[in-house]
Amino acid sequence: MNLTLYVWRQKNSKDKGRLVRYEAKNVSTDMSFLEMLDVVNEGLIVKGEDPIAFDSDCREGICGMCGQVVNGVPHGPRKKTTLCQLHMRHFKDNDTLYIEPFRAKAFPVIKDLIVDRGAFDKIIQSGGYVSVHTGGVPDGNTLLIPKHDADTAMDAAECIGCGACVAACPNGSAMLFTAAKVSHLAALPQGRVEAARRVCAMTEEMLAQGFGNCSNHYECEAVCPKGIKVKFIAKLNREFIKAQMPGNESCTGRG
Amino acid sequence: MILDGKIPSGPLHEKWDKRLSEMKLVNPANKRKHRIIVIGTGLAGASAAASLGELGYTVDVFCFQDSPRRAHSISAQGGINAAKNYPNDGDSIERLFYDTIKGGDFRSREANVYRLAQLSANIIDQCVAQGVPFARDYAGYLTTRSFGGAQVSRTFYARGQTGQQLLLGAYGALSRQIRAGTVTLHPRTEMLDLVVIDGHAKGITVRDLVTGRIGSHAADAVCLCSGGYTNVFFLTTNSIMSGVTATYRAYKKGAYFANPCFTQIHPTCIPVTGEHQAKLTLMSESLRNDGRVWVPKIKGDKRPANDIPESERDYYLERKYPAFGNLAARDVTSRATKEVCDEGRGVGPGGRGVYLDLGGAIGRLGENTIRERYGNLFEMYERITDENAYKQPMRIYPAPHYAMGGLWVDYDLQSNLPGLFVLGEANFSDHGANRLGASALMQGLADGYFIIPYTIANYLANIEPGAVAPDAPEFQKSCEEVEAFTKGLFAVKGKKTAHEFHRELGKLMWNNVGMSRSEASLKEALKRIPEIRDEFWKNVTIPGSGRELNQELEKAGRVADFLEFAELLTRDALQRDESCGAHFRVEHQTADGEAMRDDKNFSYVSAWEYKGVDKEPELHKEPLVFEHAHLAVRSYK
Ligand SMILES: Cc1cc2nc3c(=O)[nH]c(=O)nc-3n(C[C@H](O)[C@H](O)[C@H](O)COP(=O)(O)OP(=O)(O)OC[C@H]3O[C@@H](n4cnc5c(N)ncnc54)[C@H](O)[C@@H]3O)c2cc1C
Ligand code: SF4
Ligand code: FES
Repeated sequence: MNLTLYVWRQKNSKDKGRLVRYEAKNVSTDMSFLEMLDVVNEGLIVKGEDPIAFDSDCREGICGMCGQVVNGVPHGPRKKTTLCQLHMRHFKDNDTLYIEPFRAKAFPVIKDLIVDRGAFDKIIQSGGYVSVHTGGVPDGNTLLIPKHDADTAMDAAECIGCGACVAACPNGSAMLFTAAKVSHLAALPQGRVEAARRVCAMTEEMLAQGFGNCSNHYECEAVCPKGIKVKFIAKLNREFIKAQMPGNESCTGRG
Repeated sequence: MILDGKIPSGPLHEKWDKRLSEMKLVNPANKRKHRIIVIGTGLAGASAAASLGELGYTVDVFCFQDSPRRAHSISAQGGINAAKNYPNDGDSIERLFYDTIKGGDFRSREANVYRLAQLSANIIDQCVAQGVPFARDYAGYLTTRSFGGAQVSRTFYARGQTGQQLLLGAYGALSRQIRAGTVTLHPRTEMLDLVVIDGHAKGITVRDLVTGRIGSHAADAVCLCSGGYTNVFFLTTNSIMSGVTATYRAYKKGAYFANPCFTQIHPTCIPVTGEHQAKLTLMSESLRNDGRVWVPKIKGDKRPANDIPESERDYYLERKYPAFGNLAARDVTSRATKEVCDEGRGVGPGGRGVYLDLGGAIGRLGENTIRERYGNLFEMYERITDENAYKQPMRIYPAPHYAMGGLWVDYDLQSNLPGLFVLGEANFSDHGANRLGASALMQGLADGYFIIPYTIANYLANIEPGAVAPDAPEFQKSCEEVEAFTKGLFAVKGKKTAHEFHRELGKLMWNNVGMSRSEASLKEALKRIPEIRDEFWKNVTIPGSGRELNQELEKAGRVADFLEFAELLTRDALQRDESCGAHFRVEHQTADGEAMRDDKNFSYVSAWEYKGVDKEPELHKEPLVFEHAHLAVRSYK
C-alpha cells in the first residue's frame, strides 16, 4: 500500500520545527510502523537527505524507547500496542498519517520525533525503589506475599516508562507513570515500609519536573501500551492522604 | 602464551570463600577517592554501578539509550535460575553447576560456574527485597518453572517479563545511588575507545549522542557491561542498538577476545517475513514446557495444522530425545529444527518454520491457565503474525540470540589489562559453548551484585587513586583517534547506507557461520568479509555531520566494528576444528548428527590478541582443567 506522511521535522531543541510531507510507497502489511519509517529513511539517506530521527531499541514493546503521536494518538490507533509492535495491516491504502513527537512541557524535543524523557528518571530517583543495600537480605520466602498482592504489584510494574500517558494528557501529567510505581511498591510488604515517604517524594518531584496535575481525563489509560489502569491513580491518592494523616511525618511541610 | 585464569586452589566448593578471605579491602575513608567507570546499565551494569555506589565509590555510569531502564536486558522474558530447591525436586548447587557445565559442553571454567551456582540463591533474595514481583502461589510462596536443558524446576519468573522486572529492580537501586550522589549518570553517551596508560585501563573516550561532542573520562578502573555481539548476524532477537563496539574497541586496545565463535541460536523465534525486517522476535522458551514441537511427517504438506491428524505429525524432539523431549538444549533443538526444514517438512512461508503447539496443554489445563502463564507472548505473537495461537499452533524458527564469547576475564572478572573488568554478556566466562535458558540473567546479576564489589576492591587497594590526571596526553590522543575515525566515515561519501552493509554482512554470517559451519563455508566467509568491509569504506554514505544527533553516524560506527569483528569470529570458528555446544562443525558429528567434541585437542579457551585490521590476531590459550565435573559426552537422549 501507499501512504502520505506528514512528519514533524525539527533540527534541534532551538529550531521551530515543521511538518514535512513524504510519500511511503509499497508498504508491506507485515511491516511494523517503525520498519515503515526505516524504509522511508533508507530512501532519504540515499538521496543525501537527513533521515527522520526517532528513538527505538527493543522493537518488541518492552524497552519503552519508541513513541510518536500518530494522527493525534500516542503510539497510534491500536490499543495496548507500542509503535514498534503496531503493524501496517492496521492502516489502509492511501491513508494520510500525521506523525509528531510526544509533546509535553516536561519532555522537550531534542530532534524530530525524539524527546528528552529524563524527567521520568528524576521521578524514580526521588523514591521509586525500596531502599535496600546489596547483601544481607532474608530468604525470598521469609515474607509471604498473597498471590493477589503479587499480581497487583505486577500489573502496576509492567509500565515501560514510554511517556505516552504524559503526551495524551491535556495537563501533561505524569500521574499514571508515578502511580504505577507507587502502587507496585505499596502492594508489597517490602515496599510498604517507605510507602508514605515515597508517595510524597515522588509526587513532589513530578510537579518539580514540570508535569501537570491529574484532573481525571483518563486519556492516559486509553493510550497506555501496557494497559496500566487509572485505578492506580486512585491508589496513589489514597496513599497520599494516608501519608498526610496525623502521626505520619513523611509529608509534613510538603505536597 | 598460556593464560592464567587465577583460579584459587583447593576444593571447588571452597574456592570462592578462599578467594574472599585473601582479597584486599579498600579503606572506607578512601573509597570515595576511587573513580570507577561502568559502561552499560543492563543487569550487569546497573547492579554493579548501584552496588559500587552503595559502598561509597565514585561511579560514572554510561549507556546509549535515553534512560538506564531501557538496556537490552529489559527484553528477557522467560526467567532466572537459582538453586533454591523450593519445589523439593532434587536441585542443589552441585546440580545447577553440573547442568551449566554440561549445557556449555565442557568449554567453560569450572570454578566460575560453581561460584555462579553458589550465588544464584542470593540473587533471588536480593531481588525479592527490592520488590521484584516474582510469580507466587496461593499460599504466598515463590513459584518456579522448568526451562530448556534442566530436569528440575528452578526458574523464577515474573509473568513473561522477568528481565524487565529484574532490570527495574536494579534500575531502582541505581536510581537511589544517583540521588545519593555516589553515581553520575551519562545517558545517550556512547563509549568509542578505551584509554590504556602503562598497561592499565584508565578511562574511556565517548561521544555525546545529542551534541556530538567527543570527550574523555579518567578513572581508576573501568567495568565493561556492554552486552553481547549477536547483532553481527543482523537479524537477531537482540535490541537493534546492541553492538560489539565497546568490547571490540577494548580488544583493539589490547584486551583479549575469548571464544568469539560461541554464539547461540535460539530455537523458538517468530520466522522471518520479509526484507524490511529490523529484528526477530523471540517466543520465550518457557513455552516449550507446555508446548510440543512438530512438523508434518510428509514433505510439502500444505494442509492447515489443525487438519493434520496426530498420526501424521512428527514430534521430532520427543522422538529423537526421549529423556528431555521438547526441553532439549537450545543448540540441539535448533539444529534438529533446521534439519527437518532442510528435509522439506518445514511449515509457513518459505518452509522455514515448525509448529510449537500448545493445543494439548490448553485442552488439559484450560485456556485460562495458559493465558495466565503466557498471555503476553500469545498477544505478541498475534500482533506480529496476525494469527491466534489459542486456535492454531505457533510457527517458530531458530534465530541468533546470545553471545557466549566475549572479552577474556580471569576468576576476578578482570581482563588481561589490569583495571579493566568485564561483566555480564560482554565477558566469556560462564556459559562455555552454549548457554542454558534463564542463566544469563543469573550471571549478569551475580557479576554485578556479588562478585565485582569484592574483586574490584582487590585491584583498587593496590593502586593510587586518581594517579592519572584527566589531561594526560593519552586522553588527548584517544579523542583525536575517535575524531579521525568519525571524519573518515563522513569522508567516504558513497551511495549505500550502513544498514545495507549490515544486512549483507548478516546474511553472510547466518548462512556461512550460523547454525552449522564447515571449513569451506568459513573460508568463503573469511574471503567475503574483508571485501564487504572494503566496499563499506569506499561506498558508505552518512548524511549530516558529527556535531549533532546523528543516528546514521552511530549506526555506521557500529557496523564498521561488526565488519572487523565478524572476521575474528569466523577465524575462531575455523580454528576450533571440533564441534561443541552451539559451535557445530559439520566435519565433526556422530552418525546421527550430534556434535562431536575433541577434548584431547580443544579443551581450552581461545583468547585472541589484536594485531592490526588486516593482520591475523594472535591466539592465546587457557587450558580448561576439570577437577570436579566428569567430562561426559553430552546427551539429551
Ligand atoms: C529476547 C531475549 C530474551 C531473553 N530472555 C532471557 C531469559 O529469559 N533468561 C535469561 O537468563 N536470559 C535471557 N536473555 C539473555 C539476557 O537478556 C542477556 O544476556 C542479558 O540481559 C545481558 O545483560 P547485560 O547486562 O550483560 O547487557 P545488556 O542488557 O545488553 O546491556 C548493555 C548495556 O551496555 C550499554 N552499552 C553497550 N555498548 C555501549 C557503548 N559503546 N557505550 C555506552 N553504552 C553501551 C547499553 O546502553 C546497555 O545499557 C534474553 C535475551 C533476549 C535477546
Ligand atoms: S503508564 Fe503506560 S503510557 Fe505511561 S509510561 Fe507507563 S507504560 Fe507508558
Ligand atoms: S522499541 Fe522498545 S518499546 Fe518500542
